[in-house]
Amino acid sequence: MSLDFTRGEAPVALSPEERGQDAIEEARRQVQICNACRYCEGYCSVFPAITRERAFADGDITQLANLCHNCRGCYYACQYAEPHEFAVNLPRALAEVRSDSWERFAWPHGLAGTFQRSGVALTAALVAGIAALFLALAALAPASGEGFYAYLSHAAMVAIFAPAFLFPVVALGVGVRRYWHETGGGPVRWAHLKEAALDAGRLKNLSGGPAQGCNYENGDRFGNARRHSHQAVLWGFLLCFASTSSGTVLHYVFDAPAPYPLWSLPKLFGVPGGLLLTVGAFALAWLKTKADPALGAPSRWGGEMAFVLLLGLTGLSGLVLYAATGTVLVPALLALHLGAVLALFLTTPYSKMAHGAYRFAALVRDAQGRAA
Amino acid sequence: MNGTLESTLWDVIVVGGGNAGLCAAIESAEAGARVLVLEGAPEPYRGGNSRHTRNFRCKHEAPLSVLTGAYREDEYFDDLIRVTGGKTDEALARMTIRTSEECLPWMERHGVAFQPSLSGTLSLSRTNAFFLGGGKALVNAYYNTVEDLGVTVAYEAEVTHVAVEGGRVQGLDATIGGQTVRLEARALVLASGGFQANLDWLASAWGEAARNFLIRGTPYNRGAVLRDMLDQGADSVGDPTQCHAVAIDGRAPRFDGGIATRLDCVPFSVVVNRNGERFYDEGEDVWPKRYAIWGRLVAAQPEQVAYAIIDAGSLELFMPSLYPPEKADTIEGLGQRLGISGPKLRETVDAFNAACRDGAFTPTELDGLATEGLDPPKTNWARPIVEPPFYGYTLRPGVTFTYLGLKVDETARVSAGGARLANVWAAGEIMAGSILGQGYLAGFGMTIGTVFGRIAGQEAAAHVA
Repeated sequence: MSLDFTRGEAPVALSPEERGQDAIEEARRQVQICNACRYCEGYCSVFPAITRERAFADGDITQLANLCHNCRGCYYACQYAEPHEFAVNLPRALAEVRSDSWERFAWPHGLAGTFQRSGVALTAALVAGIAALFLALAALAPASGEGFYAYLSHAAMVAIFAPAFLFPVVALGVGVRRYWHETGGGPVRWAHLKEAALDAGRLKNLSGGPAQGCNYENGDRFGNARRHSHQAVLWGFLLCFASTSSGTVLHYVFDAPAPYPLWSLPKLFGVPGGLLLTVGAFALAWLKTKADPALGAPSRWGGEMAFVLLLGLTGLSGLVLYAATGTVLVPALLALHLGAVLALFLTTPYSKMAHGAYRFAALVRDAQGRAA
Repeated sequence: MNGTLESTLWDVIVVGGGNAGLCAAIESAEAGARVLVLEGAPEPYRGGNSRHTRNFRCKHEAPLSVLTGAYREDEYFDDLIRVTGGKTDEALARMTIRTSEECLPWMERHGVAFQPSLSGTLSLSRTNAFFLGGGKALVNAYYNTVEDLGVTVAYEAEVTHVAVEGGRVQGLDATIGGQTVRLEARALVLASGGFQANLDWLASAWGEAARNFLIRGTPYNRGAVLRDMLDQGADSVGDPTQCHAVAIDGRAPRFDGGIATRLDCVPFSVVVNRNGERFYDEGEDVWPKRYAIWGRLVAAQPEQVAYAIIDAGSLELFMPSLYPPEKADTIEGLGQRLGISGPKLRETVDAFNAACRDGAFTPTELDGLATEGLDPPKTNWARPIVEPPFYGYTLRPGVTFTYLGLKVDETARVSAGGARLANVWAAGEIMAGSILGQGYLAGFGMTIGTVFGRIAGQEAAAHVA
């Protein structure tokens, strides 16, 4: 008695050489298997989106890839995962398509390949950012000023950071437009935006549906550590953004320039925001070291890790800077923090940071698909 | 590791690490027993046929977890009688049905997550609770649970002989990772499945035609333990010549193709054999009520193969297939692509088309659109096949499970010569023939496995306590 694994005449699995040559082709092959199986419908929005189609154009695969939050529930549940000859590993197949798509959509071309793949490149950007701020501090030292403005005038800060903020917004806008065109998105309604905002704010697609979270840091065991860490980062970042925005309003509208006391909007937003951002980012980095890299896009691991650490450093340096108020450390810490912020902003369209924009677009596109 | 396994006197050894075996291991371990699970497959393929399952048929008096409405004992039992044609043990069946209700919350407490009924299976939302992610996710959850309970699991552990002497089991011979071992246990739970992956055994029961069958599930259910127990006089139940087979995509892998190789196109097709001839009413009933008989119908055709022919108008009326269909602009061309006579296929399709009459075609229900003067007739959805391109799927029998098994009583105890063995229990597919003598009821295999696995585990632990 022997095990006879003789195959039918129409093999579904590509050879290992064929796989990986074309990420979209490989993902399409796997998605068609998923559409004939459908056991995973309860995990996230990807599978209901698959069942709405029978054939998958390149744009459909791009949309599914950006909708996938890499919770990995479907991989561990898959009866067709390797060593099965169908070799289904949907989290990885979609991760490859997803990171490729961000490189394809990025404007200008080329930079995303660098910062997504290379942690060294992102670190170099950070060093450059910090150096630029030291130079600015040395060259533009104001005659007088309070708080941080004693070291770098408000006008100088605006001159550096207004473009550093507006440029990534414009660049990401171009990228998202390209995304929308490729995935066949229609006119956006408020209802679509509302659904997408609710899904993003709760990270519904990392919840595992009826399961308790993702299969990430502990093999096939479920857990919410990644989802909660990511929520800390998301809400922490938004609070920091609210802090800066409220400061801007106080400065220009109410003629109340920094420094602000603890019981002021910028600090009430900024301090908890910085804490959440810092704790969440370092937790995500730690979880990433526990997760199986073969279920993501291994070629982007370095760039992703460097990005998470840059986020954490940005938050931490801001908190330390606040704690060091009035000490001699302020100029150095100011350069460090503002340098990190500068690097984070300028690389946004090309680093993992861009995922926020594309994911949101994918959630809006999915809301449209569900409504159709 | 094998040294420790051999030198330990285990309270309970569970043979087989699928749903039934894991339920038994959990119950025994929770009762304080020292438990060893012997899983025949390597770790990535652990779980037997449970890997491929997707739901649990559950009695309930009111909405329960993901289940809607109520599904009472009598209705459940009637459904069972309908599919088995009465080939069941009523007392065991009713006990299984009644116990299923308390099993669902037990499953949830032990890590199983359920999801609402899958798209395309809304008809089951009241009766069947679907596992989130399917059976492999359930199997993973149970392996995590037994690990937390301190149960030892050995993979690639194949039992070669159960030493039954004087009405009780004295020990086991097995190979673990290729090494021969002798294991000692005070109680034994047999949960090692059927023999449907053993083509030699199938061929001896079915004839040589069985060598053309595809096996939908695990290649590791070869029935070694069942054979060994039967050879030692254990009481058996179920028809040794029967297996449950459905018509699946003929291009599926020999083993382990699972759910994705299903084809739902038959009701909208003309189905012919190798000779290009029709052989059965394709539109007899809705597909969920007919897919099971098509396994045997195809098995009875020359070379155990058939071909479903549709036209462009029907391509999207059924679930997407794993493999794309063969496609041609003419019926003759399609015949050629499928490897059957084009002119003969043309003749069969022409005769079918000529027998079709006008009427409303309604794919979602029995529409009564039947052929006239055709033998065999097509009694529903008989719409002429005229719109190119034409598509064809190859069908082969896909074996799901076998019926022959060990006879057990309501405490899952195995007997020989009518006398209960002192310390051997059985659960799952290896004893399912006690209740399911014929046919199949979706999700009932997991119910039998869960109910009897739990009972076997409790009884075995009580025996050694």
